[in-house]
Amino acid sequence: MNAARATLSGLLAGTVFGLGLAISQMTNPEKVLNFLDLIGPWDPSLIFTMVGAVVVTFVGYRWLLGGTPRFASAQQLPGNRSIDTRLVTGASVFGMGWGMAGYCPGPAVTGLASGSLEPLLFLGAVYVGFVIAGARPAPRPEAAAET
Amino acid sequence: MTTFTPIAATIGGALIGLSAVLLMWLNGRIAGISGILQGAAFSRGAERSWRLAFVAGLVLGGALYVLVTDGTLLTREGVSPWLIVTAGLLVGVGTRLGSGCTSGHGVCGISRLSPRSLMATLSFMATGFAMTAMLRHVLSVSV
Repeated sequence: MNAARATLSGLLAGTVFGLGLAISQMTNPEKVLNFLDLIGPWDPSLIFTMVGAVVVTFVGYRWLLGGTPRFASAQQLPGNRSIDTRLVTGASVFGMGWGMAGYCPGPAVTGLASGSLEPLLFLGAVYVGFVIAGARPAPRPEAAAET
Repeated sequence: MTTFTPIAATIGGALIGLSAVLLMWLNGRIAGISGILQGAAFSRGAERSWRLAFVAGLVLGGALYVLVTDGTLLTREGVSPWLIVTAGLLVGVGTRLGSGCTSGHGVCGISRLSPRSLMATLSFMATGFAMTAMLRHVLSVSV
């Protein structure tokens, strides 16, 4: 991986993603919850966000998938194809949290720019959740080389 | 109350798609935010750097929006911190177990026509609808 260019690419992609979340108002948890609240003041805007994102990604991926990225040696795509209990349980638990506070991970990060403490508190808890579910720091490369 | 904003929602969605396309074209990676957040903290070297930069970009994008449009990102106040923390724990555990969130499964996975991501998306949409309905209309929690 061409580290410096890959890092700049990450910054660019993240900035475009953050702008997209802000313009679509996905950063506003009330808007997300009003989409999820079918029997309340339903706001279907989020469907347009999802469809807009999927159409652009689908077309771009048709053109790109199977090719070679500019700043990495190969594309890394999820290899796991099994629909198992872990997947459905995990996704269902995620949905419960999403429907509770109105944040999924991306909008909470972009929402940090508001200066509000709510997304910070939420993200702190998300990281605790990652660790509870088994996330650990990767071993140091030099330590791995010594063994 | 929020108002129905189909044009802004579509433009924002298209930008999210553009970001996913950029990340695949340049770095060959899926734009899955829960995975990027984990890698930004737990991986090392170049694998960590681009993810940290992506996370910084997410905040920068929000800041640019506020500066340029004078708009707001979120205005909610007064929701119980316990509810926010509980929701965050569920999102952290759930996205790690389920290997993705709205971006990785909902946008990128569906665009790859992955049956696994479609199943994940149907699952989190279903429990999302159910949780919001229960909180607002059964337990009368104001969120």
